[in-house]
Amino acid sequence: MVQYLETDVLIIGSGGAGMYAAIAAADHGANVLLLDKSIVGRSGATIMAQMTVAAAVGEEEPDDWRFHLKDTIAAGRDLVDEPLAKILCQRAPEKIWQMEEWGVGWARSGNHLTQVHAPGHDRKRCVYVDFLNTGPATARTLRNQVRKFDNIRRVSDLIVTDLVLQDGRAAGAVALHLETGQAVTIAAKATVIATGGLTSMYNRNSASANMGGDGYALGLRAGAELIDMEFVQFFPIGHLAPRMTGMDPIMWDPFRYKLGGRLLNGKKEEFTQNYGAPEDGKYVVTRDAATYAIFKEVEAGRGSPHGGAWLSFEHIPEADLRAAFGPVIDKLANNGIDLTKMAIEVAPIAHYHMGGLRTDDSLATTLPHLFATGEAVGGANGANRLSGNAISETFVFGELAGRSAAALSHSAMPDIHHAAQPFLDIIAEASNRAGGGMTPTAAIASLQTIMAEDVGPFRTADGLRRALDNLAQLAATLPELPTGGAMAFNQQLADWFGLRNMLVVARTIATAALARTESRGAHQREDHPGLDQAWTYNQVVRLDGDDIRLFRSEVRRLAQEELA
Amino acid sequence: MSERLTTNLKIRRGTPGDAEAYDVIEFEFEAGQSVLDALRWIRSNRDASLAVRYSCINANACKECVMRIDGRTGYACTTALKPGEMLIEPLPNKRLIRDLVTDTLPPDERLA
Repeated sequence: MVQYLETDVLIIGSGGAGMYAAIAAADHGANVLLLDKSIVGRSGATIMAQMTVAAAVGEEEPDDWRFHLKDTIAAGRDLVDEPLAKILCQRAPEKIWQMEEWGVGWARSGNHLTQVHAPGHDRKRCVYVDFLNTGPATARTLRNQVRKFDNIRRVSDLIVTDLVLQDGRAAGAVALHLETGQAVTIAAKATVIATGGLTSMYNRNSASANMGGDGYALGLRAGAELIDMEFVQFFPIGHLAPRMTGMDPIMWDPFRYKLGGRLLNGKKEEFTQNYGAPEDGKYVVTRDAATYAIFKEVEAGRGSPHGGAWLSFEHIPEADLRAAFGPVIDKLANNGIDLTKMAIEVAPIAHYHMGGLRTDDSLATTLPHLFATGEAVGGANGANRLSGNAISETFVFGELAGRSAAALSHSAMPDIHHAAQPFLDIIAEASNRAGGGMTPTAAIASLQTIMAEDVGPFRTADGLRRALDNLAQLAATLPELPTGGAMAFNQQLADWFGLRNMLVVARTIATAALARTESRGAHQREDHPGLDQAWTYNQVVRLDGDDIRLFRSEVRRLAQEELA
Repeated sequence: MSERLTTNLKIRRGTPGDAEAYDVIEFEFEAGQSVLDALRWIRSNRDASLAVRYSCINANACKECVMRIDGRTGYACTTALKPGEMLIEPLPNKRLIRDLVTDTLPPDERLA
C-alpha cells in the first residue's frame, strides 16, 4: 500500500536551513511538511558546526554589510553570484538578532555580543555560542520554534527518492519510509531542497552521514540546473589521528592560530616553507597553501603515519594550553590526547560545497515551483567560501526560500498519482533485490575512494578521466546491487538510493572540473596552475537523459553603486 | 602506528517477533576507536543488513546512536571499544524496530 500525503510546501531536509524555511513558510500561512531521511532537526551539517557565524552586526567594532559582502566576493575569486551574496550579507544581521530573541545565546562580553576575527574577514565579524556549541545551540533553537507551529508537520525517517513533475513544474515527491519500507507519495504546491552539500562523497570529511548530494541529484533528474559543481572546499587540518570522538574534526584551526601550533611532516620537521609558505612563527599559512603542502609531503613519502601531517602544541606551556582550550582540554583527555606530550595528526578533509542548485534572487531553481536553500544553493560563495558564511546562509536563505515557497500556497494542489507511478516502481523494484555480491554500502566506500584519489583538491585531466571511467563502471553495477529485500529499517536499501544519487552528482563534479582548465579557489588543476581570466565564468550543469550537459554562464554582478 | 587490539562484539539481532539471537563479530581496532566505528565497519565490510541509527558519526551532536552497551545506556560514537568482548543491544525501554534500532522519535514525528 502506498501512503499519500499532501501539503502546500514540502521541505526536504531539516538542518538549519530546512527548519528556518519551515518556520518562514508556516509564518506566512502555508501548511508545511518538513521531512528528514534521519531525525528531524538532528541530522545534517548544522548541528555539527562548532565554529562561528559571520554577520555585520557591528557589536565589537563598527561594521556594515557592504564590508562583509566585499570580503565574501574577494574570497570567492571573482565567481560569486553577487546578488545572492548581497542578500546573504545584508540580511544576516537581522537573523542573528532573530536567533538571539529565540534564545540561541550568542557569546557575550559585557553588554554586547562577542565577535571574533576569522580568516578572510576585514574585522571582528563572527559570533558564536560557547563552548564550540554554535551548531547544537542553533539546531535546538530552531527545533523549539518549529514545534510552535501547528501548520508544520514533521516526519523523520522518510527518504525522498525522486521529485514528481506535473505540467513541467515540481509537484511533490515519492519517498521511502525507512522504518517500514513503505512507499509514500507526496503532492506539494511548492518544494524546497534543504539537503545540504555533498562532502560525505569523500572518504575524509567533516560531514554527517547524510551529506551525499541527495538534493542535487533530485533536482538534476527532475530537470533543474546546478552551478559551480567543481568547487569543493577542503579544510586543511581536519583531525586524522589518534581517534577522537565527541568533537568536530575541524576544531584545531582556531587553536593553531591562537597558540601557534606547528605543522610538521613525518620526520617532525617544518615543511610548508618548501612550498613557498613559511610559518615564520606566525602560523598564518593560508588554507589552500597548507592543503597543497600536506598533500605533496604525503605524496613524497614524508607524511605522518596515517597519511597526513603532525600538528604539535608540545612547545606551548601547559597553563597557556589550558587557558586557550578551556573545558576542551578535558574532552581531549577523555580521548587520551595530552597536547603537552604528543602531537596529533591532521589532513585535508572535505568540508563544504560551494556549488549547488542554480537559483534566482527568490531562491527559485530553474524548475518551476522548486526552491533551494542553505548549502544546497549554488553561487553565493563562488570558488571559495568565506569562513562563517555557512550558518549565515542557513538563516538567510532558509527564511527566503520558505517565504518564496509559501507564496505559491494559493495555487491548486497538483494531482500526481499518475506521474508518481514510474518512481514508485523504482522503489518497488529496488526493495525486492535480495541476493549477494557487493552491497551498496561497500560501493559507497568505493565511490568515496574514487573521489578522494582523483577529484580531491588537486586534479589533473588524467585523474579526472580515470575517475569518470571508474564512476561509470560503478554506475553499471547499480541496477544489480543487492538491497537485502524487504525488512524494517533497511539501511542497505537506503544506501542504494544514496549511491544512486552520489553517482550522478560525482559525475557532475568530475565533468565540470575536467572542463575548467585553470586553478581557482577550491579547484586546483596541477596541469593548469594559476588563475586564467578567460575562465571568469560559472559552469552550469544539466542532465539530458543520462548525459551531463555543461555550459558556461556569465557571473551575475551588482552595479558598482550597489556595492558602494 | 599504535598497537592493534581485538574485540568480539556480541550484537543483538532481529525484529520484535524473532527469537532472541546474537551475532558475534570480531573487530580489530586501535585504542580510541568507538563502538560506532566498529558498527559502521561491520555494515561496510561484513553485514550491510545490520540496522544501526547514527548521523553525525563523530561529534556526539545528533544523539541518534543511543543504545545499550555492556548493559548500560550510552552513545556508540563516544563509547570506546575495549579488548575482549562487548555486548551491544537495543534500548530495552523503547519499541524495537530491528537489530539496534528502537523507536526514539518524538511521537509527532512518526509517519502515521
